[in-house]
Amino acid sequence: MKTVLKTFAVALLLGVAAMGVAKADPVKIGVAAEPYPPFTSPDASGKWVGWEIDFIDAVCAEEKLDCVITPVAWDGIIPALTTKKIDVIASSMSITAERKKTIDFSDKYYNTPTAIIGPKDQKFGPAPADLKGKVVGVQVSTVHAVYAKKHFTEASEIKEYQTQDEANQDLAAGRLDAVQADSIALGEFLKSDQGKACCDLKGMVAPDDEVLGPGVGAGVRKEDTDLKDKINAGIKAIRANGKYDEISKKYFDFDIYGGPTQSN
Amino acid sequence: MATEAAIINVVARTSLWLQPHRIVLILIALGLVLAAAFFMRWDWLPQYYEMGLIGIWRSLWILAVTCVLGFLLAVPLGLAQATGSFWFAAPAKVFCTVIRGTPLLIQLWLLYYGLGSLFPQYPWIRESWMWPYLRQAWPYGVLALTLSFAGYEGEVMRGAFAGVPKGQLEAARAFGMSRWKAFRRIWLPQAIYRALPTLTGETVLQLKSTPLVATISVIDIFAVSSKVRQDTYLTYEPLLLLALIYMTITGILVFAFSRIEARIPNKVG
Amino acid sequence: MTAADASNSGATLIDAFLSASTAGIIELLSPNPPGWGGALLVGLLHSIEIALGATCLGLLIGTGGAYGKLYGGPVVRDLLAVYTTIVRAVPELVLILLLYYAGTDLINQALTAMGYQRVDISGLAAGIAVLGFVQGAYSTEVIRGAILAIPQGQIEAARAYGMSPGLLLRRITLPAMLPFAIPGLANLWLIATKDTALLAVVGFYELALATRQAAGVTKAYFTFFFAAAVLYLLLSLFSNLIIGRVEAWSRRGMPSLKEAR
Repeated sequence: MKTVLKTFAVALLLGVAAMGVAKADPVKIGVAAEPYPPFTSPDASGKWVGWEIDFIDAVCAEEKLDCVITPVAWDGIIPALTTKKIDVIASSMSITAERKKTIDFSDKYYNTPTAIIGPKDQKFGPAPADLKGKVVGVQVSTVHAVYAKKHFTEASEIKEYQTQDEANQDLAAGRLDAVQADSIALGEFLKSDQGKACCDLKGMVAPDDEVLGPGVGAGVRKEDTDLKDKINAGIKAIRANGKYDEISKKYFDFDIYGGPTQSN
Repeated sequence: MATEAAIINVVARTSLWLQPHRIVLILIALGLVLAAAFFMRWDWLPQYYEMGLIGIWRSLWILAVTCVLGFLLAVPLGLAQATGSFWFAAPAKVFCTVIRGTPLLIQLWLLYYGLGSLFPQYPWIRESWMWPYLRQAWPYGVLALTLSFAGYEGEVMRGAFAGVPKGQLEAARAFGMSRWKAFRRIWLPQAIYRALPTLTGETVLQLKSTPLVATISVIDIFAVSSKVRQDTYLTYEPLLLLALIYMTITGILVFAFSRIEARIPNKVG
Repeated sequence: MTAADASNSGATLIDAFLSASTAGIIELLSPNPPGWGGALLVGLLHSIEIALGATCLGLLIGTGGAYGKLYGGPVVRDLLAVYTTIVRAVPELVLILLLYYAGTDLINQALTAMGYQRVDISGLAAGIAVLGFVQGAYSTEVIRGAILAIPQGQIEAARAYGMSPGLLLRRITLPAMLPFAIPGLANLWLIATKDTALLAVVGFYELALATRQAAGVTKAYFTFFFAAAVLYLLLSLFSNLIIGRVEAWSRRGMPSLKEAR
């Protein structure tokens, strides 16, 4: 009986394993499995589109890496990287000292300010005093969640959502008084019909480099220094040969790379 | 006689636990626990201890409220299906089928985000007295879990009502009891007795459904563990502790229900 | 608010919802992009695939587990008891998270230890493995109960005939327990189809996640969650239809359920 069970177990293990064996060894680019326009967003045919997808494709093409976009849940994207479910995080993840304790980052590839939006019929600014007594929505495990908790101590509640679009949705539904997130992503929401109808920009938050970090980079495992070097080389190459600007022009009418010295 | 049996029982149980292979297994388990305690990171515990207790309290509170409300809703649902005319039975049947045929997660999201997305179209909702509640997440969680419990338990109650022997009801009527009195004194108590054994299982299932409310931003114990995972970048430790917490609650629930069931004469009617 | 007012506002609510451009809803749900109907159907297909795979894997584990629980040595029996107790006492969502992160790690470590190469486990396989592991615990109990419900004489007779354990399993135990096991297993299948929705929380592409993405992009949350609920319901109702047939088939030649009771 025991040997039967044992062979059974091994067969099961191999069966499961065999189902999942991939032929080549592509680099799995992890993106959050949620719409985060204009950076990463699924379209109706199941393809991933957006600035960041075009950007990472260009980097992969430059470095001749065989890349596949692999959507994973945002709140588990770092464990997915460390347990090797994905090889690179390219999901608008800010480079922070806190995250660097666990994973490593490429050089930054864009840096945009952080904004606060709120209902049209309420007038307030982005300063901590303005948010006193308000319910502020942020996406879970983002720099914005950390920032809001550190600075908006007088807010009545800081609600964390699994995805950014759910936070936006609750703002439109009137369940939140304000949402803090990346200014580009929020700008995209304000451009949508729903955003136009309900909300407007309240302003950019005061800089806090320690929390918000020097910009967005590609996350890699600490031991994958080769991959990190390749991505860095790729970013440098497409910045130099104009590919980066070409892609950015498709989406933005300003430079999202940010200055060489970081101010926000 | 009874005490003698109890003593034999206890002796038998202890000797069962002391079989050599069990001792080895228990030692291995202890070793694993100790290894987990020493080789895994637990330094975050003091910081999140209080938040965890609040989370557990909130989970238990949601569990208790939704089970009680759900059961109260299940009785008319079961009764309507067991006896009611078509106009009562059909809606009850449809309700139970829909609740049992769709995932709770989808029901929850439909209630929270689906209804939420309709609010902006109706400004009067924001002026109504309900708005302070509609703004928060927990009422939706409680509503979805209550409906879910009612749907599953309603089906059980249908069987329980149908299972009470007809003769009992006829006898009650022959005694001159009114319909209502017969229902209150005979039919309902017997149906509940019959449904009791399933209640343990249904309550445990309900407990296992409560973490879903974390997906609509209610901070229960599951949400606290997610928070720990995100703050500390640890994967296994918070999840293992969470599993242990749920197992403990399940254990307590099962034990409590078995005590309650033991107090009720198991042969009624 | 008077009763008349209330019914009025209720009526306007329904009016407004219906007029919320029926054409727009049809466009959103159209199976061809830019409609998201196709994405939902692909999600449904993935859900069914995962549920089918998980149920099959669960059945395998369940059969092995039931055999181990009934005929295994004391150690096997205790370990199986631990497995079924833990899995049934911990929320599926927690198990899915634990197994999703730990499972691949453990399989890879086991394979490396046995001298095989590391493998790359696809999302589908991981989803099936995770749900299958959970289903296995429940199937173990269902099948164990079903085997116990077989009249013991049948198995004894088979042994007396000198049947090998394998032949006994194939010819007697499995066919004889089927009618007892099918209602429980059918229930497990229904649970599996609904549990696939939980995989959305770890980012598997199946119906719930497809719905969430479609809703997030189009902002038509109500429409899409409602559509998903309808799809799940249809799947359940269709399954019930098939299950009824299978149950009747497995009980052929036996007294009808009503008489047996």
